[in-house]
Amino acid sequence: MTELFIFFEQIYRILFLLIPVLVSVAMIVWLDRRVWAFVQKRRGPNVVGPFGLFQTLADALKYIFKEIIIPASSNKVIFILAPIVTMTLALIAWAVIPFSETFVLADINVGILYLFAVSSLGVYGIIMGGWASNSKYPFLGAIRSAAQMVSYEVSIGVIIINVLLCVGSLNLSDIVLAQKDLWFVIPLFPMFIIFFISALAETNRPPFDLPEAEAELVAGYQTEYSGMMYAMFWLGEYANILLMCAMGSILFLGGWLSPIDLFPFNVIPAPIWLILKILFLFILFALIKAIVPRYRYDQLMKLGWKIFLPFSLIYVVLTASFLMYFDLLPGN
Amino acid sequence: MSLIRFFKTIFMIDFLTGLIMAIKEIFKPKKTINYPFEKGSISPRARGEHALRRYPNGEERCIACKLCEAVCPAQAITIESSEREDGSRKTTRYDIDMLKCIYCGLCEQSCPVDAIVQGPNFEFATETREELYYNKEKLLENGDRWENILAANINADSSHR
Repeated sequence: MTELFIFFEQIYRILFLLIPVLVSVAMIVWLDRRVWAFVQKRRGPNVVGPFGLFQTLADALKYIFKEIIIPASSNKVIFILAPIVTMTLALIAWAVIPFSETFVLADINVGILYLFAVSSLGVYGIIMGGWASNSKYPFLGAIRSAAQMVSYEVSIGVIIINVLLCVGSLNLSDIVLAQKDLWFVIPLFPMFIIFFISALAETNRPPFDLPEAEAELVAGYQTEYSGMMYAMFWLGEYANILLMCAMGSILFLGGWLSPIDLFPFNVIPAPIWLILKILFLFILFALIKAIVPRYRYDQLMKLGWKIFLPFSLIYVVLTASFLMYFDLLPGN
Repeated sequence: MSLIRFFKTIFMIDFLTGLIMAIKEIFKPKKTINYPFEKGSISPRARGEHALRRYPNGEERCIACKLCEAVCPAQAITIESSEREDGSRKTTRYDIDMLKCIYCGLCEQSCPVDAIVQGPNFEFATETREELYYNKEKLLENGDRWENILAANINADSSHR
């Protein structure tokens, strides 16, 4: 009986996290289109619901009713599995995101490692989709995406080492609590910039949206997908973007901590602060989508391997030396 | 010069300029209209949905000269005619396939009696293809419905004819 109770309690907790995440993914798609439109002096979706807020739900409903076309020459099992993998991997990472001191689904000690591992696995969904389509554009898109995501993963990993040096723990809650006095965005500002740009590349957002560059690759790895399977790719992609924003705000912007520990700020509940920080980063994502042209592929690779990687490695040495010299190393 | 370029790249000056400009653009008035609720102005020469006009006494203008049928580059118009009891030549059939039509306006230009005209209505989407095969009744009904605007448009454009 108690086992059953614990089981249902866990299910309830998971749903309590997952449903808001899915709803906010839908809202974030709307926000993305809206910001993009506003920068271009258009109106964007504004008809369905208040301010067009339900536009994404209407779109999703449309996708549900559309026919799913599976190409005859595709590898059908992998073709169907690919969007499921993308979506699942984008959602399971939310398990370790701390929304407040107590509200975290899985408070594991290697939270950041788990997050990093899951976001790296995200590339599998894209590769599987591109390969199983058995068509040239999806395949080229998948190859580009694989190379791009692997390259930028490396610099993100090194950036995370910077943060971990200052914290001395892999637990996400500890990382947030270590920023009580000073957000890491101030001492590690260059790393924050590089993390942000790498996150753009990691989630295939403009200016690094080469895997789905519509001018040359139709829609990249999504070309052969339709109906609900396409919608799952699309939701997974935005859930990934949201995850990257959450990761950025936890690593650099103090997670659920309020900016200053003063009266009007510290009564606002902790999850609200995290949501506001995620929104801030996401609006930056959306603004950048509107203002930058797409990178050329060799420039993208050059930026990742020849500039970001050495720079963040040098910064690791600098951070470590600084902490060592002033005896600021955490722990022990 | 290359030193300036170097610092510009390192501090992402061009990028930040663009970002600030984008943020400024957000608060400027919108250039687009809120389409289904507000509509843009339409020129009197706009070539929209077709209509067959009547004289003020209710008589059809069309004399079945078949110039429009001859000039139509898409061959979307089909006309059959016969003599009426009073001896005048009138159409018995006047079909326009709105799916073939390329909205070039040549039928309107060729008409000697301003019978077939293209009105300002461009919102006549339908749910089936069959509804877009217009026959004479549909075209005359359009003419009756838009007559005021059609007459005003023809009058506004008359000095250029």
